[in-house]
Amino acid sequence: MHEMAITQSVVRAVAERCEGRDVDQVTLLIGRLSGVVSDSVRFCFELCTMGTELEGADLDIVDVPGRARCRECEELVELPDFIALCPCGSADLEIVAGQELSIQSVEVKV
Amino acid sequence: MCSTCGCAGDGDPVITDPAHVHSHDHDHDHEPGHSHGHGHSHDGEGAAPHVQAPVTTETLTLEQKVLAENDLGAARNRGWFDGRGILALNLMSSPGAGKTTLLVRTITDLAGRRELSVVEGDQETLFDAERIRATGTKVVQINTGSGCHLDADMLARGLRVLDPAVGSVVLIENVGNLVCPALFDLGESARVVIMSVTEGGDKPLKYPHMFRSADLLILNKVDLLPYVDFDVGRCTADARRLKPDLEVLAVSATTGDGLDQWYAWLDRTLAPAVL
Repeated sequence: MHEMAITQSVVRAVAERCEGRDVDQVTLLIGRLSGVVSDSVRFCFELCTMGTELEGADLDIVDVPGRARCRECEELVELPDFIALCPCGSADLEIVAGQELSIQSVEVKV
Repeated sequence: MCSTCGCAGDGDPVITDPAHVHSHDHDHDHEPGHSHGHGHSHDGEGAAPHVQAPVTTETLTLEQKVLAENDLGAARNRGWFDGRGILALNLMSSPGAGKTTLLVRTITDLAGRRELSVVEGDQETLFDAERIRATGTKVVQINTGSGCHLDADMLARGLRVLDPAVGSVVLIENVGNLVCPALFDLGESARVVIMSVTEGGDKPLKYPHMFRSADLLILNKVDLLPYVDFDVGRCTADARRLKPDLEVLAVSATTGDGLDQWYAWLDRTLAPAVL
């Protein structure tokens, strides 16, 4: 389960940025095509934050649906998975959203 | 971390040069009653809700990639390889696809033609490193413990022990897993996915991240095609739905069928790396 390593990276990056201040909330962007399962990250977050300045913090995950631009017809289409086709029949799609995996922001107590 | 029982519990990978394995015993004094003190009381917990003073918070914007730390390590490894003219291949597959057999066969067939060394990644044991070492090739084993993939930092530490020659080929056998290694860049020159025909042809569509990330797909164990229901054309087409320019080679590491194509691919890929 790579979500454990992913979540550990989040905790390290946030702790480094917050320099010892207590963290109230962490907001992550996780795209549906990122290869990371949000529920697994939620599960790991509680474990990974124990004993850190993130302990007890809320985890807010912004879910980003997959979207692609068709290189044939130029339309923007929903992309539920990597093997979807454009309604025009083309498979030549450029993914424009859904691969996000980033720490958006952190709320710290002041 | 203790490589016997992992008692430090911090999940650190263990890097072993199988040429220098020695016995390792020490005491494991875990206090049976070691306490975890709490510095606050829980009076009234579960009863009346706490009245909390309003907490003022400040928002820090990070907009930082979660894998930034690994990507930075991968960039360092890539520079390290480039500076030494080393071709590094990240070999990924499910367990039992024949990665180690392909490596042993490659090492044997290319003996005297190419200088190779190997990084073995497994959760536990030195089994694979011992198989490589038996061929006389330099090898280092990374045991990830509970980890399901190699990451850039583990590889960097393994490379310091391996000390591969300038202009050589480093073959990195990742932990057998078609899911997790897909997300972790090691700083390799190319990513090679190995799939055996006994696994069934549906793997590319089931594990799209892995196949999308590949530069080369090797279909192994083709000598067993008469005995299994596997359509090479269909599997290739499925993999190319995910990665249209994916090169696909059908080989048998046991009989040697198709391995000439693999060696030709290595020659082609190596050329820009060493020039």
